[in-house]
Amino acid sequence: MNRRTILLLQILVGLGFFVIWHFGTTVPMPNGKPLINPFFFSTPLDVLARTWKDFASGVIWRHLYVTALEMVLAFIIGSVLGIVVGFWFARRALTAAVFDPYVKAANALPRVVLAPIFALWFGLGIWSKVALGVTLVFFVVFFNVYQGVKEVSPTVLANARMLGMNNRQLLRHVYMPSAMSWVFSSLHTSVGFALVGAVVGEYLGSSAGLGYRIAQAEGVFDVTGVFSGMLVLTAFVILVDLMVSAVERRLLVWRPSAPTSTAQG
Amino acid sequence: MPQDKPSTVAGEYPAAERSAVELDAVKVAYGDRDTSYVAVARADLTVRRGEFVAVVGPTGCGKSTLLNIAAGLIRPSAGVCRIDGVPLDGLNGAAGYLFQADALMPWKRAIDNVAIGLEIRGVSRSEARERATGWLARVGLRAFTDRYPHQLSGGQRKRVALAQTLILEPKLLLMDEPFGPLDAQTRQLMGELLLGLWSEDRKAVIFITHDLEEAISLSDRVVIMSAGPGATIIGDYPVELERPRDPAEVRHTAAFARLHREIWDHLKSEVVKAYAQEDSR
Ligand SMILES: Nc1ncnc2c1ncn2[C@@H]1O[C@H](COP(=O)(O)OP(=O)(O)O)[C@@H](O)[C@H]1O
Ligand SMILES: [Mg+2]
Repeated sequence: MNRRTILLLQILVGLGFFVIWHFGTTVPMPNGKPLINPFFFSTPLDVLARTWKDFASGVIWRHLYVTALEMVLAFIIGSVLGIVVGFWFARRALTAAVFDPYVKAANALPRVVLAPIFALWFGLGIWSKVALGVTLVFFVVFFNVYQGVKEVSPTVLANARMLGMNNRQLLRHVYMPSAMSWVFSSLHTSVGFALVGAVVGEYLGSSAGLGYRIAQAEGVFDVTGVFSGMLVLTAFVILVDLMVSAVERRLLVWRPSAPTSTAQG
Repeated sequence: MPQDKPSTVAGEYPAAERSAVELDAVKVAYGDRDTSYVAVARADLTVRRGEFVAVVGPTGCGKSTLLNIAAGLIRPSAGVCRIDGVPLDGLNGAAGYLFQADALMPWKRAIDNVAIGLEIRGVSRSEARERATGWLARVGLRAFTDRYPHQLSGGQRKRVALAQTLILEPKLLLMDEPFGPLDAQTRQLMGELLLGLWSEDRKAVIFITHDLEEAISLSDRVVIMSAGPGATIIGDYPVELERPRDPAEVRHTAAFARLHREIWDHLKSEVVKAYAQEDSR
């Protein structure tokens, strides 16, 4: 099976979907109504037209900016916390053992239920969304750092010690690169989670952002608006994912083949 | 204690003063008291300065264990390990260790892997890299300095590891089946390379191998270990083949064949024993 054929078929599937959607919602049946009710499903051309209008008038940029900002902040804060705590736990067996059940419990909690609390604590601005994203990103990074430190090859470690490294140098030249390689290979997941935190937070209560746009449209049964919001969000996710892939390729050049994971957004 | 060679300087202090490594009644047991596994029951071994000692023995007998003792990576359960006559406490800073498994830092390029030992000793980055380039050239990897370990073949990785160790000019070189996973031709080339580098400054070497021919062709002495558990050193054969020697050529001499037959007869019974034990487990 060559890649050309696959690509062609992929495009065909996409086109087929839009063609069915288009004709299903616009061509009247014998009873005078289209097969698919455009009130509930909109039409592809309407969605495209709305999206175009939003970009042309410029209203969408502010919302994109807010969502991107929340995502970036959640990613950075969650990663820094995850790295620090991950190292701390990995190097202190007692701490890790004592906190283990609490970490597991906290991670098992569906984070969406925290959104109202964060809204209460941090207000309806960006920080409640950032906080939600942080609780998601933190655990991904934390577990990967912990694993990365624990999984350092004992031979590489023994060799580094025989070369004369002290604890600080081991941290810098052995533990850190190993942990970071785990973090980098989970970039798709953590960046995706940062976005999930932002959008879900906006959806549940805010005054700006892509999640807010979707919630607004939903509130007035504006299905075209909802789909248009989803379209912009999807395009944004794909863009971010491509950027992450590029960053990942650069950071993990020393890997035989960087494992590819898909975003969990 | 094996005293097969008379001391060259009469009236001087005996082995303790001049030996590079001295294992004195070393015993190694792994695990807790109740699950204890005695890997090495008793090992007495003296390696003189400048001496190249090969250790052979059936797999699992405790060869790597002995090397780890000399490196200070593990402590003996009983007995002492002396380095230059001083009981070893902690890591052996004078030793370079070539591990059996891949030990290069996969996230560093060949040149950075070689330079790192100097860098952490405070040598400036540019000087460390310059000397590392020199060492990579000596092991025939001038064109591969910027490769990551996964972009190198097994033999090339071993050569990087050799350069990484030798650049620090260790007084003692510990090698654990360093050429084990390589093909026969590469092994021979690596043997030649090693002897060439070794003859420049004659470090003390403990060289572990499962290949008796390799052991004889490279070393001054071949030491045989018995099958575990509770392994001991059961044979100590001086290799009186002239130096400098070509490890490939020397294999065709009559003296080599005689020595090989003699040691192999001894070793064979131990290998058979080791297999019998593996089966009965
Ligand atoms: N960390 C360890 N814990 C328990 N047993 C070990 C450990 N390391 C080695 N052993 C055991 O000690 C014996 C000797 O091991 P090793 O020195 O690696 O053998 P060799 O290098 O001669 O093949 C083996 O039976 C092995 O299973
Ligand atoms: Mg071994």
